[in-house]
Amino acid sequence: MLALFYIFIGIAIGVSFWQITRILNLRGVIATDEDNAKQGKYSLVFMAFLYAMMVYCLIFMNVLMLPESASIEGEHDDNLFNITFWLIGIVQFVMQFIIFYFTFKYKGNKNRKAKFYADSHKLEVIWTVTPAIVLAFLIGYGLWQWNDVMDLSDDKDAIVIEVYSQQFRWDARYAGDDNTLGLGNVNYIDINKLNTMGVDMSDPNSQDDKQVTELYLPKGRKIHFKFRSQDVLHSAYMPHFRAQMNCVPGMVTEFGFTPKFTTEEMRLNLEVIEKTNGINKIRMAKGEDPYEFDYLLLCNKICGASHYNMQMKITVVEQDEYDKWIAKRPTLASVIK
Amino acid sequence: MSDHHHKETFVTKYIFSQDHKMISKQFLVTGMFMGIIGVLMSMLFRMQIAWPEQSFSIFEAFLGPHQTDGIMNPDIYLALVTIHGTIMVFFVLTAGLSGTFSNLLIPLQIGARDMASGFLNMISYWLFFVSSVVMVISLFVEAGPASAGWTIYPPLSALPQAIPGSGAGMTLWLVSMAIFIASSLIGSLNYIVTVLNLRTKGMKMTRLPLTMWAFFVTAIIGVVSFPVLLSAALLLIFDRSFGTSFYLSDIFISGEVLHYQGGSPVLFEHLFWFLGHPEVYIVLLPALGITSEIISTHSRKPIFGYRAMIGSILAIAFLSTIVWGHHMFISGMNPFLGSVFTFTTLLIAIPSAVKAFNYITTLWKGNLQLNPAMLFSIGLVSTFVTGGLTGLVLGDSALDINIHDTYFVVAHFHLVMGVSAIFGMYAGVYHWFPKMYGRMMNKTLGYWHFWITIVCAYGVFWPMHFIGLAGLPRRYYTNTNFPMFDDLLQINVVITIFALVGGIAQIIFIANFFISIYRGQKATQNPWNSNTLEWTTPVEHIHGNWPGMIPEVHRWPYDYSKRVDPNDDNSDYLHGKDFVLQTTPLLENEEVS
Repeated sequence: MLALFYIFIGIAIGVSFWQITRILNLRGVIATDEDNAKQGKYSLVFMAFLYAMMVYCLIFMNVLMLPESASIEGEHDDNLFNITFWLIGIVQFVMQFIIFYFTFKYKGNKNRKAKFYADSHKLEVIWTVTPAIVLAFLIGYGLWQWNDVMDLSDDKDAIVIEVYSQQFRWDARYAGDDNTLGLGNVNYIDINKLNTMGVDMSDPNSQDDKQVTELYLPKGRKIHFKFRSQDVLHSAYMPHFRAQMNCVPGMVTEFGFTPKFTTEEMRLNLEVIEKTNGINKIRMAKGEDPYEFDYLLLCNKICGASHYNMQMKITVVEQDEYDKWIAKRPTLASVIK
Repeated sequence: MSDHHHKETFVTKYIFSQDHKMISKQFLVTGMFMGIIGVLMSMLFRMQIAWPEQSFSIFEAFLGPHQTDGIMNPDIYLALVTIHGTIMVFFVLTAGLSGTFSNLLIPLQIGARDMASGFLNMISYWLFFVSSVVMVISLFVEAGPASAGWTIYPPLSALPQAIPGSGAGMTLWLVSMAIFIASSLIGSLNYIVTVLNLRTKGMKMTRLPLTMWAFFVTAIIGVVSFPVLLSAALLLIFDRSFGTSFYLSDIFISGEVLHYQGGSPVLFEHLFWFLGHPEVYIVLLPALGITSEIISTHSRKPIFGYRAMIGSILAIAFLSTIVWGHHMFISGMNPFLGSVFTFTTLLIAIPSAVKAFNYITTLWKGNLQLNPAMLFSIGLVSTFVTGGLTGLVLGDSALDINIHDTYFVVAHFHLVMGVSAIFGMYAGVYHWFPKMYGRMMNKTLGYWHFWITIVCAYGVFWPMHFIGLAGLPRRYYTNTNFPMFDDLLQINVVITIFALVGGIAQIIFIANFFISIYRGQKATQNPWNSNTLEWTTPVEHIHGNWPGMIPEVHRWPYDYSKRVDPNDDNSDYLHGKDFVLQTTPLLENEEVS
């Protein structure tokens, strides 16, 4: 690939110099009929290139995309996305055709006369009202979904988990048996006592909280995330669940979703298998270990030099497995003395 | 004023000039210089993305202490991304585009001897120059230039402990931007006053070319929103240097708790995007104005829907000031605000769609003179549509959750405002070069420049949508720590190759530009057979623009191919040729558009 790159660079520089020397004897400055004819044709050639690329990407990059939503709330997100994408895709294909076809069709020459056509109230109304109606639908569906996702008020039986960010790592705190997180503030941080998340240990709610470095989530239970940051902005991005929220120092932000597939189930998902196979083909060629699908939480807000390597594994399991796992985690009261 | 024989020294003519035509050239050349830096940076960081942590001797040459054996350091990667964004958005597409063409065209197209205040105009340029110098100096600071992203969100930008670039580099960034904002405000006020007060006789607001409307409204948006960025920057300076807590609260870093209490980074985000979003239109509207003028002239047709175009410029300007929150859907602000901003954001699609449809209808049944300026304008319409459509995805808060800050966003805004505005700028340079330098640019090089650039622009940004949809976050130094992104590397290599070829191809333009200044064919007075007033001035620049009286205007600027019988496309041209200068008096019974 690198050799290809140097060849391209070589060609680009070569062409540039060749053309620049030609400027000395080329005096043409205004398009003639011949230029118009030529450029009109190039416009069609370019259109062919554009369509080939658009179609190629749409078809062959499909396998690279994120698999179907792994959260129940994300289903409508995928739905809305598909509707929007079809819509803008059709408009894109039609509009680009018109633009470059008109450039070819109406290329100027001496025998042509342009049509004097300055205004049409009817047309202006049509292309104001049509987008307005389409947008009204998109806005309506989008807002319904937004309110559905962002409204966490009626999740009485959701599991509360705090996701805690710092340069450059993630931690998490489960709320324990009382399902209520103890208070937290950077002033309580005491590295020597292993209180790395700044939990107020005088708060009774803190005692049964459990600090972990990897997320385990039970399938089918609503998770109510609370996000904190101790230094700069971070963003907790969980692309498979269609979930993201910034972590802001000085305040607690929230997001919620319900995992739909366990990690094991997701590994058997056809889209995931296809994508994983593709990745492993590449990794094998480089002699790297094979990749196995896992849910991830990534940092998605520029946060410093190692921003590119700030991740946490998420494992979705069945409820009973989750219960066993969480029971084994030590409580903060037993860790922080 | 009409006498141009008063004494001019080299200094007053070429350096501290108060003549709007010279100032516009100064803006253009400075903008081009900054543009070269910005594009070079993008080529460097694209190489790092495609060939992560590979050693390149070119890195040793350009990055100095910020590389180890030719391998780019993560810090400088973020710095390059940051400064690339800052330079391209502010220095190239705000000052370089608006500064150049507002200065050149406002007095010429409205029929004025010069700007309302030539002196302030000169100050505006020199403040821009100083801010450019400061920004360039910041690149050589020991710890590296600002690296918190062009949006400089605190606390990252406020705390040198968080990233080395937030030390002296960030200070210089803020100083540079403060000076830049002063320059922009002085310029904008001047543009507004000039358009309102100095129009020649007969030049009603409804007879202004759409370029004028675009520049005028752009200046108003600038005056409304830039001061907010200045205040945001000032508060940040206070937080950084004087220990205030506007944006900072509850921070533990480098093993200690800092004293800041009660501030919020979200406040900064609001202030920043209150400028940041209108800024998109400060960049884009002048490009759209230029395109309107060029598409009409080179199609030999009136712009379709002149009043609808003005209406959509005004609608976009108004809406642009109430949509900033769509950059902050997941910032932690109240979700209800997200709903409001989704609504206002998607509304902007309506006037934008009207503009796109009107451009296409202008092309319909035209007599297209496919000069490089025209091709770049058509290219703008194409990229504006492509980039604008993905805005429907990002503007919808529910969908934004999962693609926020991914490469999908990068692809979207580069097409809709980056590439589109650059195309508008190139179109403007090719079209008005004869007005600026009295010579023509070479068309063959122009064609090469256009086709290579548009192929590369699409080659870079179309596939980029898809790696964004695959969940790849932006601003990652390398993606190798995530096996789930391994299959995107090849696409990134292709994108980088397109980016490098596209970047290098700009040499064609630069060579064409500078060689044509000295060796280009001499221009005639009205080379494109255009209607507007600037083409009634002599080719050689004179102070005061017109040698005698300023001409009077009798009609709108778009009487191209007007017929004797408006309903018969085969009838003769009403005035004997396919264009009618704005200074031509109306015939008896002539229909007015």
